[in-house]
Amino acid sequence: MKRSAFLMSALAFGYAFLYAPIVLLVTWSFNESRVANIWGGFSTKWYGELWDNSEFLDAAWLSLQVAATSATAALGLGTLAALALVRFGRFHGRGLFSGLLAAPLVMPEVILGLALLLLFVALEDLIGWPDGRGFSTIVIAHTTVGLAYATVVIRSRLAQMDRSLEEAAMDLGARPVKVFLVITLPVIAPSLAAAWLLAFTLSLDDVVVASFVTGPGASTLPIEVFSAVRLGVSPQVNALGTLIVAVVAVIIVTGWWLAGRRAR
Amino acid sequence: MRVAGPRRDWGRRLVVGLPFLWLALFFLVPLLMVGKISLSESRSAIPPYEPLFEFADGALVTVRASLANFILLFEDDLYVGAYFQSLTIAGLSTVICLLIGYPMALGIARARADRRGPLLLLVILPFWTSFLIRVYAWMGILKDEGLLNGLLLALGLIQEPLIILNTDWAVYIGIVYSYLPFMVLPLYASLEKLDPSLLEAAADLGAPPWRAFLAVTLPLSLPGIVAGSMLVFVPAVGEYVIPDLLGGGDTMMMGKALWDVFAQTRDWPAASALAVAMLAALALPMALFHHLQGRLEGDGRS
Repeated sequence: MKRSAFLMSALAFGYAFLYAPIVLLVTWSFNESRVANIWGGFSTKWYGELWDNSEFLDAAWLSLQVAATSATAALGLGTLAALALVRFGRFHGRGLFSGLLAAPLVMPEVILGLALLLLFVALEDLIGWPDGRGFSTIVIAHTTVGLAYATVVIRSRLAQMDRSLEEAAMDLGARPVKVFLVITLPVIAPSLAAAWLLAFTLSLDDVVVASFVTGPGASTLPIEVFSAVRLGVSPQVNALGTLIVAVVAVIIVTGWWLAGRRAR
Repeated sequence: MRVAGPRRDWGRRLVVGLPFLWLALFFLVPLLMVGKISLSESRSAIPPYEPLFEFADGALVTVRASLANFILLFEDDLYVGAYFQSLTIAGLSTVICLLIGYPMALGIARARADRRGPLLLLVILPFWTSFLIRVYAWMGILKDEGLLNGLLLALGLIQEPLIILNTDWAVYIGIVYSYLPFMVLPLYASLEKLDPSLLEAAADLGAPPWRAFLAVTLPLSLPGIVAGSMLVFVPAVGEYVIPDLLGGGDTMMMGKALWDVFAQTRDWPAASALAVAMLAALALPMALFHHLQGRLEGDGRS
């Protein structure tokens, strides 16, 4: 098919638009000068300052723990939810169930954050749990969002899966749990990894919901970055952004390459 | 072969029940609480709202529901303005995303098969990197002494720096930038499925390319257009970070209004009422999205 000049220039414009801020961010992070427009020479001093910024480091550690915990919980619950939707046919309450799974995908973050905060405050008033807000309340909030996304990813893989192997194992007398562990799980493993990574990234990136449900003393990395950025330009944030871009690029490209190799 | 028995039943209940229970407790109940608290009165205590129901000796004594918060919202120009400004900004941003995203998606779908993967990957990659930090990068580009103004001044295109940061313009740029991938992906998914022989048939029958596009490509990509539009429009309405960082004092969007009422005024019932109003504004597009999703899945099965 012939490629039109219009489409090519649209692609060029689109990618330039998507990547210009990222390229600039990386450039600024190595700029000796604090002023973005003046190139003061190559320097890694902002990375040094970032490393010495204990607030950022503590927040990053908290964020990684929150993201890993909530992504794991979301993966477990999401796998169950996807199994129920794909394999159970019609069951009582299926409409409500799939509605509840889809709604967090389109729910504005401010509403979800406010709603969960109201729940946590009322629960604490009523039964004394959660005792103050922080790690556990952020994990619960992120699990709810991650669960919805994880289900979408795992569900589509489960729906495409060839069921003849599972049926053969059932015919040979394997129990459903064993069939799931020995046959289904290995087949859908790549989608499980993708779902976990998606939930992990969403959690690591969230500032709005976490701001609502956190308490004093528990600042995630996005919360710290957000308050630093609101005060004005901070070259350390450029360095942090560059590190994030580097890590994400390595993970995504490796994953894509591995998936491609497996397909071949 | 299906083994029906108490053991299997128990297992099924667990598989459905665990995620169901989680979503009921940590999603449905909190949303219902927002509705409940939007009807109650604010007070200075913890929690900062009056109880809706009062019980004495195990019996319901008073119900104190009031629409005062909603009346307040409608009487205050700030909130009415925020309501319409959110819808306008989100709607226009969606259209701009479509105008930029559609040719991109079409370009990727018509690229050589071995190039589509990497091209698509390049669209997704920014989405995986920190949203907050990418919006922050735009602050550096758009501010008065920022890169864009420096470039335009150096080229002699402008004499005075343009004021873009802290205006609606910056909010549009930020929203279009952040949500463009969400538009391109569903568009690509529907354009990629398009059978090229249909276009060849149209060409054989003498249709010029623009006509073939209008008669074949556009209608067949409608599901992608609607899905992409919803994925941009719905989160854009409730956006908080972008108007806060890039917008100015007069850029009031519902998400930002909700946060300000919640965090600064600490009026939780008013914040809840705003949340209910926002959900009402989104109910129609959300229902449309759900309907379409159901229809698309129906197509996939047949």
